[in-house]
Amino acid sequence: MSATDIEQDPQRLRWQCRRGMLELDLLLNGFLDAGYSDLSKQGRGDFVRLLAYQDQIIYDWLMGQSIPADAALRDLVGLIRAAMKR
Amino acid sequence: MPIPHRRFDALILGAGGAGLNAALRLASADLRVAVVSKVFPTRSHTVAAQGGVNAALANVLPDNWHWHMFDTVKGSDYLGDQDAIEYMCREAIPTVYELEHAGVPFSRLDNGKIYQRAFGGQSQDFGGDQAARTCAAADRTGHAILHTLYQQNVRARSHFFDEYFGIDLIRDDEGVVIGALVLDIESGEPLVIESKATLIATGGYGQVFRTTTNAFINTGDGMAMALRAGVPLQDMEFYQFHPTGVAGKGMLITEGARGEGGFLVNGDGERFMERYAPRALDLASRDVVARSMVTEIREGRGAGPNKDHVLLKLDHLGAEVVHQRLPGITDICRVFLGIDPAKDAIPVFPTAHYAMGGIPTDPHARVVAPARHGPEEVVPGLYAAGECACVSVHGANRLGGNSLLDILVFGRAAGTDILRFVAENPNHRTMRDEHIEPALARMQRWERKGEGESVHAAKADLRKLMEDHCGVFRERETMAEGVDKLKALRDRIDGVRLQDHSKTFNTARIEALELDNLMDVGMATLMSALHREESRGAHSRVDFPQRDDEQWMKHSLYSREDDRMDFKPVRTKPLTVESFPPKARVY
Repeated sequence: MSATDIEQDPQRLRWQCRRGMLELDLLLNGFLDAGYSDLSKQGRGDFVRLLAYQDQIIYDWLMGQSIPADAALRDLVGLIRAAMKR
Repeated sequence: MPIPHRRFDALILGAGGAGLNAALRLASADLRVAVVSKVFPTRSHTVAAQGGVNAALANVLPDNWHWHMFDTVKGSDYLGDQDAIEYMCREAIPTVYELEHAGVPFSRLDNGKIYQRAFGGQSQDFGGDQAARTCAAADRTGHAILHTLYQQNVRARSHFFDEYFGIDLIRDDEGVVIGALVLDIESGEPLVIESKATLIATGGYGQVFRTTTNAFINTGDGMAMALRAGVPLQDMEFYQFHPTGVAGKGMLITEGARGEGGFLVNGDGERFMERYAPRALDLASRDVVARSMVTEIREGRGAGPNKDHVLLKLDHLGAEVVHQRLPGITDICRVFLGIDPAKDAIPVFPTAHYAMGGIPTDPHARVVAPARHGPEEVVPGLYAAGECACVSVHGANRLGGNSLLDILVFGRAAGTDILRFVAENPNHRTMRDEHIEPALARMQRWERKGEGESVHAAKADLRKLMEDHCGVFRERETMAEGVDKLKALRDRIDGVRLQDHSKTFNTARIEALELDNLMDVGMATLMSALHREESRGAHSRVDFPQRDDEQWMKHSLYSREDDRMDFKPVRTKPLTVESFPPKARVY
């Protein structure tokens, strides 16, 4: 399955947001509902890339316990956190 | 078009710690093992277990498996089966060493031994001084265990069916479990997996409650499969709630917040615990705090526009204390609520956390059910381990550090017994179309077209109903009303229709199948809670506030057929030591 296929299929994307931790379920699904559609093609690719990381790593990033070295993912983490507060 | 079949020696449903530990044992012995998981395996809920694993290694303080056993029996409020508890506490020690050798990076002492931390409910010398029994890999033990076991399984060549959803077990005319019907989420096509032995290791079902710490995947799939296969569920009334979850979301606000001096207020700003527990106040036991919160809300004194939660105040503690001593809570409040807990009160509500009940098994993880010759006859070919199972080591209440231990020990035990079973039953039994028919019917039910209510609305109603009628506030009238409403909802669900009937990656179909499962485990929980007329462990009844050993030191069994309740005795005789007789549980 290529990243492009996932980006373009909302159901496939939603299933990739089903994780082992409730916090991630809420943050990632929340962003799909309020934020993902505003992303550029590049941004959507970054989101699919983020989903490929381990739960614990995504958790640390989203909860602000560590910061991704990759600038694009860093921006995306900020957007996901912002979408939660909306 | 005929449904394709695949054949394996063993089929494991679920890829959390229990499933993967069983699979590893089997694949290492060169059995052909299929592991079915609805999400990618390392996204299983085991990843969220932060605490650790109990084992009497005695690395920090003196310890002994027999003391661990005493604590577990006492913690279970004497409902745990003492043979299973003895087995688990003995096996804890080799299990932790086995994990260490498999590569789990346990935190260490300066002398190189595994570090062990003290936790509530742990004692030395049968109720004496505090013990230190919990082995941890920093604050991410579950993550470390899950990833290690997954990688070891890949090495041992377990065959993973990732993003496949289990529909139902398949049994032959003699009742032997001979495999399962599963659905490939990607293609939407069914697949029959034939197996000589099948292990259910699908985890818990916290999603049946509106407010839960559990991930979205925890929908009781395997428990409901067992029910539909005619196996009852045991002790389903025992569900652990934490008093302070984030209202409307579920994440845990640790008890440390109240330990540091935080307190609860109602919608009028009143410190209501002064009325319910004048001495212990906000540090009263979990069930007292949780029930007091819900009583305030039920009587119209909740906070917020819907008056549906209470508030946890930390602002009097000062920013330094809150941010430095409670960093996890600070993060959760900032990310999910957009508030600073040092300035603003946190909206809280009791949150559902862990199921003690589940599929009844013996200490070999073999599923047992009442049959002609007694209450515990083995269902041939079927095993269960982990949160979905009830062996029962947690009885009425689970101790911290014993849930990861349970999944590992009984996952391993299942693997060991499946090796024996497959050696004794080396051939696949004949599977005919009529054996698959009931499972297919369940899948096809969701193909019915037309107008109808949505899955989403029915699920929201179910979760609200369970919270209102079978949460922390339990008394006969409330629960009996809940049963009537739940039966009505079950009828309503028959009219629910899917609007999207596409095949590939139709997650709406999966959510509909999950709704069926939640409905079944919800009914099991509510019926069991209504029938147990005493308070024991996590099950506390307003109308029956005392434990009643004479009448109720027994396991409950809910069967789907006619929503029937049965009971069976607790196994009070351990394997090699003396029984621990019931005593008042004081700490």
